[in-house]
Amino acid sequence: MDKIPILKMGHFLLVTVQVDLYDRLALGLESDLVNMIRKHSSRGVLIDISAVNIVDSFMGRILGNIAQMSKILDANTVVVGMQPAVAITLIELGLPMTGVHTALNVEKGMEMLREKLLLTEDLISEDGDSY
Amino acid sequence: MIVINQETISIKTDQDTVFLRNRVSEYAGKIKMGLVNQTKLLTASSELVRNMLRYGGGGTVLCEIVSQSVLQKGIRLTFNDKGPGIPNIEQAMKDGFSTGKSLGLGLPGAKRLVNLFEIRSQVGEGTSITILKWING
Amino acid sequence: MKQQLKDEGLRSDLMSNDNLRRESEELLKPILEAIRKGNFTDINASEYDKVNEVLAGISLSRAANGFSPRETAYFVLSLKEAFIAILEKNITDAKDLYTEVNKINKLIDTLTLVTFETFIKGREEVILRQTSEISEISTPVIQVWSGILALPIIGTLDSARTQVVMESLLLKIVETESTIAILDISGVPAVDSLVAQHLIKTVAATRLMGAECIISGIRPEIAQTIVHLGIDLSNINTKASLAHALRSAFSQLKLEVRKSADFNKLSA
Repeated sequence: MDKIPILKMGHFLLVTVQVDLYDRLALGLESDLVNMIRKHSSRGVLIDISAVNIVDSFMGRILGNIAQMSKILDANTVVVGMQPAVAITLIELGLPMTGVHTALNVEKGMEMLREKLLLTEDLISEDGDSY
Repeated sequence: MIVINQETISIKTDQDTVFLRNRVSEYAGKIKMGLVNQTKLLTASSELVRNMLRYGGGGTVLCEIVSQSVLQKGIRLTFNDKGPGIPNIEQAMKDGFSTGKSLGLGLPGAKRLVNLFEIRSQVGEGTSITILKWING
Repeated sequence: MKQQLKDEGLRSDLMSNDNLRRESEELLKPILEAIRKGNFTDINASEYDKVNEVLAGISLSRAANGFSPRETAYFVLSLKEAFIAILEKNITDAKDLYTEVNKINKLIDTLTLVTFETFIKGREEVILRQTSEISEISTPVIQVWSGILALPIIGTLDSARTQVVMESLLLKIVETESTIAILDISGVPAVDSLVAQHLIKTVAATRLMGAECIISGIRPEIAQTIVHLGIDLSNINTKASLAHALRSAFSQLKLEVRKSADFNKLSA
């Protein structure tokens, strides 16, 4: 039974999708991710789809699910490395992709996650706690 | 329209969908279909084959390379299943409609990605969906 | 009957030019063979495959050599006269003659139509090829600064063109890791709901690649049309000119453009 490996990178988790996400694998990924977010108190998830040639509505739903589940556990999700042909197809397909942030590659994705973290820390410090 | 090549692929498991995808990819390469159009065709095919496995109990896909003139070639795929059929096709073709937990984008989405889309379905007998993508989209 | 038609192959050629003679023979041979097999009517059947092939070849080569479709059609039609001349010589019964002449008439007429169809198809192929060439040339993607791309879109923006634009743009974004793309539409003559749809799709696809679009070059009339058509561009960044868009892009990237210090002052 394959599993998609999840790597810990500091406060963030990195998932590199390299195979077809059939039903069981996708569900496995969802539950593995939420467990790891909880375990490491991760604040961000990077999903690297640079090796994915086809993203259909099923995969879109999984990405959306992951974004929502992570948000509930106080982690932001960024999908990175989308291939141009896939982006064009997704728009034509009409996939909403709401709540899913995207970045060009892993570095830019991490930058984005860090910025989001900074924003939330700023809000906290506004409440009176000094840094 | 002339049919240059014809092949029927049977879909029973998830593995078969990978085989189908590779085959269609091969055909697309043969007629020199561009990457974007190829991706659109494969994505539409992925939607339909998923439906076929999930709701239709598996089935067959007829893959054809067709030609309308020397420059205009295309790939035509016909998805046939003997599943429960679709009672209300019009409803099924609306964005967001789903009898399962999906996004309901499969059928209307696939239609947007291809040049020709035909659907025939009889409740209790099965469903047949034909899509065609020309090489220049 | 068929025997006489065979002799016909050499006599119907009343034209003096050698090429013409060869062409006629080339065409006559397969026609005679098909007739010999008994098929006078169905030119889509396999008996006529060779005929169709030769006809298409003749039609295309003549078109390439500057013959008008009418001239090519006359060439095929001239066969009628030759056939009818033979039939006249060999059939005495008027009714029989009428029947046979009719058969030949219909056959040659149909074959003539095939030459027209081939001619038109040939033209269509040229148009198709030229269209795709034009699409490719007219959508340059220019890197105006590190991280900033500019696309001057010139001409009508239909769905085929949009796909080319989207593909070029997104590939360039990956290549240059740009985060801002300026789409200048001052060269787009008309913007209706369809064109607006194409623009919106392009902006959406760019966002999926982690970049932002600025649409510039919106003429006042276009702004009016967009509002009248009820098109919602509220979540798209728009600027009047490419210059304005560039300024906005610099600002977004936290870049400043300043005049350099005076050299005299420096050396003092």
